[in-house]
Order: sequence, then structure tokens, then C-alpha cells
Amino acid sequence: MTSALTTHDGQPLHKSLARALRREKLRSLLLIAPLLAFVLVTFVFPIADMLFRSVENSIVPDTLPGTTRTIQSWDATGDELPSEEVYTSLADDLLLAQELKIHTRLGSRLNYDQPGIASTFRKSGRQVRKLDASAHLDSFSEFNKEWGTPSAWADIKTHALWPTAFPASSIAFNNWTRYIISDEGDDADLSSMTPYGTVYSALFYDVQKFNDDQWSQLTASSSAVSHLFTGLKDQLPNFPSANYKEQFLDIDDGWGEIDNWRTIHRLSPRMVDSYYWASIDRERTVEGVEHKPANERIYVKLFIRTFVMSMVITVSCILLGYPIAYLLATLPTRTSNLLLILVLLPFWTSLLVRTSAWKVLLQQQGVINDILVWARIIGDDGRLALINNITGTIITMTHILLPFMILPLFSVMKTISPSYVRAAKSMGATDWTAFRRVYFPNTIPGIGAGSILVFILSIGYYITPELVGGTSGVFISNRIAYHISSSLNWGLAAALGSILLASVLILYWAYDKVVGIDNVKLG
Amino acid sequence: MSTTNGAAVRFEKVQKSYDGKNLVVKDLNLDIAPGEFLTMLGPSGSGKTTCLMMLAGFEPATHGEIFLNDQPINNVPPYKRGIGMVFQNYALFPHMTVAENLAFPLQIRKLPKSERDAKVQKALDMVELGQFGNRRPIQLSGGQQQRVAVARALVFDPDLVLMDEPLGALDKQLREQMQYEIKHIHENLGITVVYVTHDQSEALTMSDRVAVFEDGVIQQLSGPDALYENPKNSFVAQFIGENNKLSGTVKSLEDGRCRVELNDGTELSADPVNVANVGDKTTLSLRPERIEFEPVESTENVVNGTIKEVIYHGDHLRVVMEVAGNDEFIVKVRNRGDQRILEPGQMHSLGWAANDCKALDFVQ
Amino acid sequence: MSKTSTLATAVALALTLGAGASVNAMDMPECENCADELTIVSWGGAYSKSQLRAYHEPYTELTGTAIVNDDSSAEAVAKLRAMNEAGNVTWDVVDVVAADAIRLCDEGLAEEIDADADLAAAPDGTPASEDFGDLLVSDCFIPQIVYSTTFGYRTDIEDWNGATPEDVCAIFDTETFPGQRSLEKRPIANMEWALMCDGVAIEDVYDALETDEGVAQALAKLDTIKDQTIWWSAGAETPQLLADGEVAIGSTYNGRLFSAIEEQNQPIAMLWDAQMFDLDGWIVPAGLSEERKARAMHYLKFATDTQRLADQAKYISYGPARASSAPLVGKHADLGIEMAPHMPTDPANAQNTFLYNYEWWADNRDDLDAKFQAWLAN
Repeated sequence: MTSALTTHDGQPLHKSLARALRREKLRSLLLIAPLLAFVLVTFVFPIADMLFRSVENSIVPDTLPGTTRTIQSWDATGDELPSEEVYTSLADDLLLAQELKIHTRLGSRLNYDQPGIASTFRKSGRQVRKLDASAHLDSFSEFNKEWGTPSAWADIKTHALWPTAFPASSIAFNNWTRYIISDEGDDADLSSMTPYGTVYSALFYDVQKFNDDQWSQLTASSSAVSHLFTGLKDQLPNFPSANYKEQFLDIDDGWGEIDNWRTIHRLSPRMVDSYYWASIDRERTVEGVEHKPANERIYVKLFIRTFVMSMVITVSCILLGYPIAYLLATLPTRTSNLLLILVLLPFWTSLLVRTSAWKVLLQQQGVINDILVWARIIGDDGRLALINNITGTIITMTHILLPFMILPLFSVMKTISPSYVRAAKSMGATDWTAFRRVYFPNTIPGIGAGSILVFILSIGYYITPELVGGTSGVFISNRIAYHISSSLNWGLAAALGSILLASVLILYWAYDKVVGIDNVKLG
Repeated sequence: MSTTNGAAVRFEKVQKSYDGKNLVVKDLNLDIAPGEFLTMLGPSGSGKTTCLMMLAGFEPATHGEIFLNDQPINNVPPYKRGIGMVFQNYALFPHMTVAENLAFPLQIRKLPKSERDAKVQKALDMVELGQFGNRRPIQLSGGQQQRVAVARALVFDPDLVLMDEPLGALDKQLREQMQYEIKHIHENLGITVVYVTHDQSEALTMSDRVAVFEDGVIQQLSGPDALYENPKNSFVAQFIGENNKLSGTVKSLEDGRCRVELNDGTELSADPVNVANVGDKTTLSLRPERIEFEPVESTENVVNGTIKEVIYHGDHLRVVMEVAGNDEFIVKVRNRGDQRILEPGQMHSLGWAANDCKALDFVQ
Repeated sequence: MSKTSTLATAVALALTLGAGASVNAMDMPECENCADELTIVSWGGAYSKSQLRAYHEPYTELTGTAIVNDDSSAEAVAKLRAMNEAGNVTWDVVDVVAADAIRLCDEGLAEEIDADADLAAAPDGTPASEDFGDLLVSDCFIPQIVYSTTFGYRTDIEDWNGATPEDVCAIFDTETFPGQRSLEKRPIANMEWALMCDGVAIEDVYDALETDEGVAQALAKLDTIKDQTIWWSAGAETPQLLADGEVAIGSTYNGRLFSAIEEQNQPIAMLWDAQMFDLDGWIVPAGLSEERKARAMHYLKFATDTQRLADQAKYISYGPARASSAPLVGKHADLGIEMAPHMPTDPANAQNTFLYNYEWWADNRDDLDAKFQAWLAN
């Protein structure tokens, strides 16, 4: 074909086709819009939120804006405590944090990585107002009375070097502003107030780091702040050093523990990978990523157990569900409908009731053991432990998830014509060969669909394992639930959940590679 | 027990009931000769498919015995019977390629691979699908699937092949073509074929003999021509081909002829096939193409009829008439150049030979 | 306030006078600018029922406030955080255990409450803060009851040859007291008991647990009964396991054992030795509107006064958290038995007790829980 086809009115054919199709697409998009919105709100956003939470760490830099800046210059690998400058910004940050009552929240966040730091923050919150922060306020005021007035700060803030040359004091000043607004309300008249002492301490460290160029800019006659800075450089050596370190050590020993500072140092960024390392029983230390102590490793083990047990449950669902589905598919419709109701019956009872029923059946003084003892299959002192262990979880979960295996299997088997097996037999295949070579391969899509359903559902189950799993039958989801509802370590829960999600996706991908996802049929 | 008689298949007093109350097959006795193409023909529910299933081994006979090459097979499982079978919807295994489907029975018979491949290729060539071995059944057209099914039933060289309405799902043209092909394969291979269908033209075209089933009983077992020309009873006459029915009473019965008085008083001569006594009620059966318009004087039976409708059929005209109180009386008229003009309302005399008019059992 | 609530007050007045009960109710000032509905979250079951009869019903009679009950205390901490993040807190008063209250307070999810300003003083004028004393373990928390985690054992076990457990270390004595045990699936209390029974003095327990050796020592002690132990996570499990004969001895809340023994007449007896005291009480979520907060505080003032706390003990065997309530504890409302001997705080029961160290556990819970769960899983 050399020239493009056109419609009667001269439009290129592909264009008018595209237009016609676009209208179709738009209409179908409108039709699925409600579902799409629903899926977005209830599925995509929560998952995105979970992924975000697993790395999100804003609480540390937001609560300690000054400290997370100054601590960067501290050598976390050494065994020296941070410098006075870091303690200064800590004092300033905590002053605001306790006013906003967010210091304990930060404490519990850091406590996930560093046990004991929570109470250090809790205690410091009560004491930080009592810190003596007057040293530099006094020195600056003595040097020039102007420094003790609100106008000094108004002037500095108009200077071109604010905030670049004043990294610490601009943060501290900002903290102070928020403090006053929180304390006195939105209508507080900040222009009539002089900042508290920690802001001056921050300024002290900024000023010490001025270079010659900055000094000359600030003291130039054209500068509105020249009166504040002229001569200051010479006076600085006479200013006292800050003494916050000593005061903090008095408040709580925790501020003298180098590991606490390493934790703050490590968790300074807005995004951290600590939750992911924790999820695989590792942690970042000054020497790099290391295994957690052997007595704290649990997650890798639980991940493996979750996957292995989910597979065992899936396999036992296949073994039990296959014959039932076959029976349902081959019986007359009326009988099979009745039996199908029995299969669905478990769905109509509450999960807790079902699980409790299993307890009654499986416990050592339970029905099954009683029957076995009565039948003299086991002795009274040899009662089987069928619950509060792996066995209990597998039995109960298999029962609960069995319908999810039977239904897709049933609907797939329903579509397999009985003449396939007859044909195989007519060609000389025995019952077994006909099943193995002809019937079974045609049910694989149903097995695939059922297995995916059962496997994914069992990976996420936690109520049943919690109730019947004892210690050996609990899943990773039980730890996720614990971190969601008890420890409130949502970041770790999110990381564990993300890993679980990723592993399911990988398995799904592998399944697609090996079996082919086209080979999954729900009926 | 009966003696051997060389039949490829023998049903002996076979009965079948599914529910223990009704017999689906009543006392079936049937011999099928080696190399014969036998069709079981009948409406649905007549028991023909049940017979086939019993023969294949998928349904046990409730009573009686079935013999295969003079061996009783009631207790032989289907996979040991060595019977090829073509199913209604082909039953090609969807998870195997065409070649794998064909190789299946050979694998089970543990043929070496080279021999297997040769046989598969030969069978595919036989049905002219040599190039399609690697396709999946779903990628083939209905006719091609049908041929694969036939090839698969034949590939392991069975002596006997059963076909259960194999052409039911094809359109008319393809069906006719396949009929000839199956017929030719049968002739070339010399196998015995038992063929089940409810389509009488299929049965007439392909078979050596046709067993007409109704109500669990073989109504007539004969060659296609006999079936058509000499139906044994009203059911067969009615079921095979087109047929005009006239009801009456036997007036006389002698020398292979009978006189029948129709309800309106007309008397006709007929061939007494299925009447025993004078005074019996009878149904006369008459093929529409054996009726002459304006017959010559010597014609045995002459009646008058009124044309109600004329339908053009290309090679012939179908004329619906009212004759002796039957207003669905059909006459087929060959389309000749000199055909007189037939129009509704015209009255014509019609005539036919007594031999073409069969006096059969009376039906309402 | 509307006419109806004045009427309700009058009715309540008549009723309380008729019943000869508290006079404090009369002292309650009316609630100005308060919401007229209150959503109270608690644990459900017998416990909620006792609160309903001791607190909610009298309060509704007094003020006409509609009270909505929500049995979500078990997930209160997580739900409150979620509500707080979503900016839509639907609960007004939440019943939580002290550890959760501390956590909520740390997280800024609960209001701080000034006991003396916001709560009723004792009838003799003792300020609330003194009346509650040490039990005010968090700035956000008003304790309601003292309960204990302690042991129940079956009284009909032949293998014990008539021996009865006298002290907590019986759980580790599988020679004298063979049989299955049940313990809570968390480190709290279990670690303490393990160390106590391994020769650590009660006052040194937490110091020891702060070291890896101490933790190892406690877990090693627990190891001796690990394979004979069923680990529970719901308080109802141990009474059921005891009743079914699945375990011979097990820990749970004393109130659960009370109802198994006294109400269901099971062959079970209490072992009070080394019971671990814990507190349960109220918090008010942060972020309520002024009207709702005022209503919540008004309710709390009513529900935590001396008489009300004593009243609750009529329905459930938990000790009132106010010192001044103890003498007022009477008989069980339905069984008619004297409740005082069933209180964990009764001197006869409280010869050897320890109070759960909230602050220590708040600091070390995540860490020890990881170790404990790792130990369980191995």
C-alpha cells in the first residue's frame, strides 16, 4: 500500500478510527470510574502510604531541627560525646518540643531503635525549662545593650546574610517564634519580645564561624547591623563557653550515653532505612550493617515460617479440596448445590466461633483426643498436642481457607467435559492414566487460582494463628499486628508489610514465569 | 450361550435401565459384520447413544451380553476394548497439540517414538492436516477439529470405530463433505464403524445398514434403500424421508394387495406391509415424489386434490394439497421446462402405483 | 442547661436519697456548655457491665447525657493514633491500662489532667492527688481500679498428691506440681516471676533485667517450663483452660478467676503470692472540641469519686484505686458475698505483691518484647 487510506470526507482512516475508539474508551472509563476511585482510595493510597511510612522519619528532623543539623559534624564512630554546640541546639529544640508536647513522641520513636531513650526524653521534657541558658544572652547584652532588644533581631533578619550565615540562630529563632505562638497564641506580639537564651547561644556558635568576608559585610558602614557586630569579633574569646552539656548530664544520664547520640545521628535524615534493616534482623551500627544479637532475631525466621506454612496450608487445601471439588463437579446439579452450601457454610460463621470450635475439638482434653483415648489408639498420658502449635495452625487454617480452593477448582472442573476422560479411556488409558494425563492437566488453572488465593490469604492471616498457633504456629502477620496495635511501631509494621507485599509480587512473577498467569482460571 | 458367528459386534438380549423403573434399551439383539458401516438412527431418547456407550464400555448393560469379535466384553473395562471413538464435540484434549493428541493412544500402547511419529503423520495426512501437528485444537476450525478427532480414533488401528454424532456441530456444507470423507476412510481402511446420528440423510448417505431406534427398540434394520422404499412400520416411514399419511380401514386383503377405504370413502389399493386382517385400521404411507399429476388412465390409484400452496425449490416444486381430508398432502414435482402452471385453488387428479403405497400400522 | 436535665437531676436526687447511697452526686455542679452525648470506650464483657451499672447509668440519670459504649479498649492505642492522624477523634473517654495511658500521653494522644483541679476530693476533703497517691502514674491517666495478674490452679489434680501451691515459684516446680501451665504471651510479669524464682530479690528485678545476663537468666528459668506452657493473649483463656483441665495452673487477671470460682463454681483456687498489680483507668483523647472535653471531664469527675469507685467493686472483684474507697467496698450485687476478701488489695491477699514498673517497661518493652518473642519462636 503506498498511500494512506482515507474516509469519504478525506480524513486519514487511522485518525477517524482513533477518534471513534477514543469515544469508546472514554465511555468505558466513565463506567469503571466509581470502581477506580474506590480502588484508589481503599487500596492504592493505603499501600502507597504504607510504603512511605516504612522509610518516613520526619519526626526526628522536625522535632530536633537544630540538633539534627549540628550533630552532622560529630564523629559518630569515635567515643567522644558531641560538642557543646550540639547540646546547645538540643536545649533549644527540646524547649520548643516540650512546649508543643511532642518530645515524648520523639522519645518513643527513638526508643524503637534505642531502648531507654524514651525516658531520657520524658525526664528532660520536665527539666528543660529549668536549664540555665543565660550565659550568652548576658555576654551579648554586656557587649552591646542593643543585643538585648527586639530591634536587634529585626535588624539582623533584614540583612542579606540571614539566614545563610546564621544557620543555627535562624533555626533557634524560628523555634522561639513557634514557642511564643504556642505559649501566647497567634496574636502574640513577637516584635516586642527578645528571644530566650538558647537563641543567643546558637548565635554564639554562628558568629564564631563567620569568615572575614562575612565579618566585613556585617560591620560595613552600610550595614544596618554594623553597630551590633563591630568589635564583636575581638570580644568573642571573652565569651563563656556554653554549659548545656553539664546541665543535660545532670538531668539524665542518658545524655552521656554515646549510643543515644549515635541513634539521633543515624536517624537524622527525613528518610531512613532502619525499619527495613530491623525487618531482616539487622541494624546499622557505626561499623555498618550488622546482625542483631542472636536473642533478638525473629523476623527472618517468621518470614520463612510464614511462607513455608502458607505453602503447607495451600498443599493441604489442594489435597483435601480436589476430591471434594471433583465430587461436586460430577454429581447431579441438585445434590452438588446442596453440598456446595455445606462448603460455603464456614463463611457464614464468625471466624472466632470457628476457631474456638477447633479449640474444643483439638485440645488435649478435647473431642478428638477423647475419642482416640476411648478407642484405645493412644493412652491417656499420650494425648496428642494438636493445638497451640504448628499442627493447630495448619488444621484450622486449612479448614478456614478450604472454600477458597474448592470454589475455583469446582468451577474449572465443571467446564471439563466428561468426554475427555472417556476419550482417553477409549484410546486405552487406564483410569489413573486418564486422570493424570488428561483430567488433571485441565484442572491446573483451577489449582493455580485456588493456590494463589489460599496462599495470599494465609500469608496475611493473624487472628487464627494467634489463637491456635501457640508459639511455633504464629506468622509474620502476628508481629505486624503487634506493631500496629500494641507497640505503635508503624514504621516497622509498614516495612514488614512492604517486604511481605514484595515477596508476594515476586512469587506471583515467578508463578507467571513457570506456569503462566493465563493458566489461572476462576471458572 | 449362543455360538460364535463371526460378527464384529453382537448385542444379545441387552437391556439397560438408569433408574430401575424404565428401560431405555429393551431386549436389543444386533449383529454387526466385520467391515460394516452400521448407523444407529433415531430421535433423541431413543436409546441409540446408550447402546453406543454400552459398546464403548462407559455404561454397563443392565442385562444381556455384548460380544466383540465373539468375546463377551461386559466385564472388560473400556481401555481394554481397543475401540476407537469419535465424540460429539470431538473431545480433543485442549492442553495437547494436535500431534500430541494423536500420539496419546500410541504412547499408551508404548510404541517407540519413531513409529509413533510416523503413524501420527500418516493419520494427519490421511485427513489432510499434515501441516497442523503443532497447533492446539483451539486454533483449528470446527471441520479441522473434526478431522483430528477422526484421525485420533483411527491412529491406533482399531478394528472398530464408534462415532457419536460426530458431525452435529458442523454446518450443512461441511457436514456433507465430511460424510463423504468418513465414508471413504471407512472404505479404504476396511474397519467396522458404528455410527450414531439423528440425521436420517446422514444415515442414508453413509451406511451399509441402518438400525432405526425408537423407544429402546430397533424398529427396522436394513440397508438405506430398503429403509426408504420399504419401511416396516409407520414410525420408520415417517422418520425416514418425507411421507404422506392417509388413514383408513382395510376392506380386503389378497394376493399381496389390499384395498383400503379412507375416512372420506375413497378406496385405494396398497401394499399390505403391516396389516393382518380385514377391518384393521391402517395408515397408508406414500412418498411425495412417487405421485403423478394428471396420471394416465391405467394408474392403480387416482384421487382428486386441491392445491393449497406451491413452494419453489429450484430442482423441484413442493405442492401442498388437500387430498381425502388430509390438507398437508405433499407432492413433489420435478422442475421441467414444460411444467404446467400450478397455482393454489386449482383442482387436479393425482395418481400413484399401489406398490408405492404402503399399508402400515395405524397411527393417529 | 435544659429543663429535662434539671428534671433528671431531681429524679436522680430522689433515687440516690431513696437508696441511701452517695451524697456526692448532689454536689456535682451542672455541666455548662457541654456536649449531650458521650462515647465511652472500654473492654466489654463483665467489666463494661460493672462500669455501666456503677457509672454510666447513674450519670445518665443525673445529667440526661446519652452514653454510647464502644468495646475497643484492646485496640485503643492504635485507633486513637489513627483517629488523631485523620483529625477526627470520635471517642470522649477511653478506658485503658496504665501502660497504654503512658504511651498515649507520650505520643501526645491524651489530654493531661490535673487531678486536684479536675477530680473530686475524698469525702474527708483529701485532695484527689493524695487520695490516688502513687497510682497516678501518668499525667494523662486517672486510675480506676487496681487489678492483678495472678495464678489460679485446679484443686482436683491427683498427681499433686494433696500439695497446694503456696508461692509463685510453684509454677516452676514441675516435680511437685506437674501439669501444663498457662502464661501470658508477653514478657511483662513473666520475666519478673522468673527472676524472683531464680533467687533475685524483688527490688533488684528491674536492674537485673536491664542487663543481657539478667534477661538470659529470666529466659533460662522460663525455659524449664517452656514446653509445658500454653501462652495466652486473651484474659479469658486461662479460666477456660483451667475449666477444661487443659492446664493445671495458669496466670490471668484476678477478676476472671473470681468469676470462674465464685460464679461458675469451677474447682479452681487462687494463688495470690507475687501477684503483679496493674492499673486500669481513664484517659481523655487529645483534640476534642471544648464542649466534648467539658462533658468528658464532667463525667470523669463523677465517675471517679470515692463512692462510685467503691460501687464498681459490687460488680467485679477489682480494687478501687482511691484509698478512700476501700472502706466502702460492700457485697457483690448479685452473689451477695463480701467483696473485700476477693480484692487483690485485701491485706490477706497482698502479703507479697509487686507493682508493674511502668516507666521501666515503657523504656524496655520494645527491646524485651523482641527478645521474648525471639525466645518463644525458638
